[in-house]
Amino acid sequence: MEGDEPRRKRNDKALDEDIPMPRQEPEDRVKNFEEVALGYTEEMALAEAARCLKCKNPQCQKGCPVEVPIPQFIDMITQGKYDEGISIIKSKNALPAVCGRVCPQEQQCQKNCIRGKKGDPVNIGRLERFLADWERERGMKRPERPASTGKKVAIVGAGPSGLTAASDLAKLGHEVTLFEALHVAGGVLMYGIPEFRLPKEIVQKEIEYVQSLGVELRLGNLIGRIHTIPELLEQGYDAVYIGSGAGLPQWTGCPGENLGGIYSANEFLIRVNLMKAYNFPESDTPIRIGKHVVVIGGGNVAMDCARISMRLGAKVCLNYRRSRNELPARREEIENAEEEGLICNFLNAPVEFFGDDKGWVKTMRCTNMELGEPDEKGRCSVTPIACSEFDMDTDTVIVAIGQTPNPIIQRTTGGLRTNPRNGTIIVDEDGRTNLPGVFAGGDVATGAATVISAMGAGKRAAKAMHDYLMNGKGAGQ
Amino acid sequence: MYRIVSKERLAHKHTLLTVEAPEVAAKAQAGQFLIVIPKAGGERVPLSICAYDRSKGTVSFAFHEVGKTTKELGTFNEGQELFNVTGPLGNPSEIRKYGRVLCVGGSIMIAPALLQAKALKEAGNEVVTVLACRSEEFLFKKAEAERYSDRVYVASDDGTVGEKGLDFLKDILAKEKFDRCTVIGPVVMMKKVSELTKPFGIPTIVSLTPIMIDGMGMCGVCRVTVGEKMLFGCVDGPEFDGHKTNFDELIKRQRSMLPEERLSSLLWEREHEGGCRCGRR
Repeated sequence: MEGDEPRRKRNDKALDEDIPMPRQEPEDRVKNFEEVALGYTEEMALAEAARCLKCKNPQCQKGCPVEVPIPQFIDMITQGKYDEGISIIKSKNALPAVCGRVCPQEQQCQKNCIRGKKGDPVNIGRLERFLADWERERGMKRPERPASTGKKVAIVGAGPSGLTAASDLAKLGHEVTLFEALHVAGGVLMYGIPEFRLPKEIVQKEIEYVQSLGVELRLGNLIGRIHTIPELLEQGYDAVYIGSGAGLPQWTGCPGENLGGIYSANEFLIRVNLMKAYNFPESDTPIRIGKHVVVIGGGNVAMDCARISMRLGAKVCLNYRRSRNELPARREEIENAEEEGLICNFLNAPVEFFGDDKGWVKTMRCTNMELGEPDEKGRCSVTPIACSEFDMDTDTVIVAIGQTPNPIIQRTTGGLRTNPRNGTIIVDEDGRTNLPGVFAGGDVATGAATVISAMGAGKRAAKAMHDYLMNGKGAGQ
Repeated sequence: MYRIVSKERLAHKHTLLTVEAPEVAAKAQAGQFLIVIPKAGGERVPLSICAYDRSKGTVSFAFHEVGKTTKELGTFNEGQELFNVTGPLGNPSEIRKYGRVLCVGGSIMIAPALLQAKALKEAGNEVVTVLACRSEEFLFKKAEAERYSDRVYVASDDGTVGEKGLDFLKDILAKEKFDRCTVIGPVVMMKKVSELTKPFGIPTIVSLTPIMIDGMGMCGVCRVTVGEKMLFGCVDGPEFDGHKTNFDELIKRQRSMLPEERLSSLLWEREHEGGCRCGRR
């Protein structure tokens, strides 16, 4: 392991390489649900922070959807001022321990890092995680509360977007109520991302921080049913933010998809992550998993499902209709999964599922696919190859091909403009819907995307909502 | 937390709880359901709304103590608190004046069927109610049914009370005209009633009870085939056209976690009831 001698003067060449993240070994971690990436030690963090070039015109921050002052917090690490470092992050980001773990930094801040032109970029995410963990392990500071503006705001959905909007609005002095449909707050951070990538205790600590800002959390409140959006406005909320996410699973549409043993990624993840089915029967909600699992899809959700399945003792194949180059999952996740034993089958798609006499899936028929020309976004089309069908034996199939927004709010909010194609709520760049005082953002407006982009949307909407609340601006598009 | 204000034993292992949940009660309607979590860390169980009192701020739900969580729920008493009661979920029943309505409730689902009968009666319908149960000892709320109905039939699987089985409906349907039929109960019963009404062309609405986890459209475990379409029990239902519902698929899907459910239930019994109680009820 590098970084044993913290402030060791390394020559330029050595500084091209980042400090590796200590991780559980693949053969160990595939048998447990504990966190894979163990986090930097203080020495490692100091050595990594020392790689920052302190650019005059830093590019990294421009890549951050929530505008974390990156050079400033790294500078605090190099000075050993961790308290100040975490305060700098929290001025912009209420969930640093989450973002330090699950943000795709390589496509955002780190992509812009000047160090990255010649070698590895500074590992900003790991440093963010270091500071967040450092603070949490020592007890988080209670933030000061600002003077109240007397304005009431309702936030719908306690996922990354709603938590960000809630904390930013609370910091501005508004009275914030955060409605969550499930029995725990966190949204995808709790039900979607597995324990071994994002420990749930850490998520709950960050939520406690958001509550400490004065945000009132109401669990088990499905907006659209218990109260509708117009009713919230009638009840005295001056503005509403809808951050209800993209929770409705998509299906392949192939015959046989309703057989037993075929899960949506959501069902599989909710059982395992939210309801802790990996502890069954100590926990009450079960999961049935066979010996040969096929995961259909190629995104981060597919990787999570595959890695959970391996931890539950199954052999796992990932069937993706494009090739390795097009896999939408983070490189790091693909590497982790393959180290743990994932077998990837590229360029094939399901055609039909067949079951046994009890209605449990037994075989899956697939067709080979070929890549076509890239479209304007650079994504290759795929088409089935005629007469290339083949059968795969399987006893568990997990369909991880995306999610669309839950329709309940759209169906119960008269006049709210939505996209008829995928059910997303139509908003401007600051999250304004067509209804006065009603804002939306995150996956419910964009379709399934990343935690950090949802947080960015929450942040932008919070600014626009503040403006609306204080100056009456932006009353509907 | 949700305080239990009353507990009613309907029949052996058939229990009705009424809990304080004013916001839920304010919105609850016939046909909707709740997700109940008895204790922190527990299972999310979907249970149909059987009654609500907006002025008192209470909702009621009934359950048959068959699995671990329903057995656990059965141990709760008046004054105790449940960890979570989320609702109302699902679409309400379409209640309006149809004319003559046949309202069938089976087993524990007699309780929510009566809420439907009451709503249909209040909407000006002539209501004929059928209470279907396993045997006499599992019949409950007959007097209440009589209050909300113009006529009440009782049927049991073993014939210990009322008619034996549901075939008697064939004669009634042949002789009398019905404008609508609503059915809520075990899947096999809903299938049977739908088959009986089909030749007479009576629009038949079944209230499905597939496995659910979140109950709000996320997991898709409650998916059912209705006509050619895959629909979700929780957000598209729970009520569907009984003549288009694929009941056989639903039965298989309901049984998909049976071994796990049995294990859970047995472990609970061993801990709380001193072992398996088969043969000594």
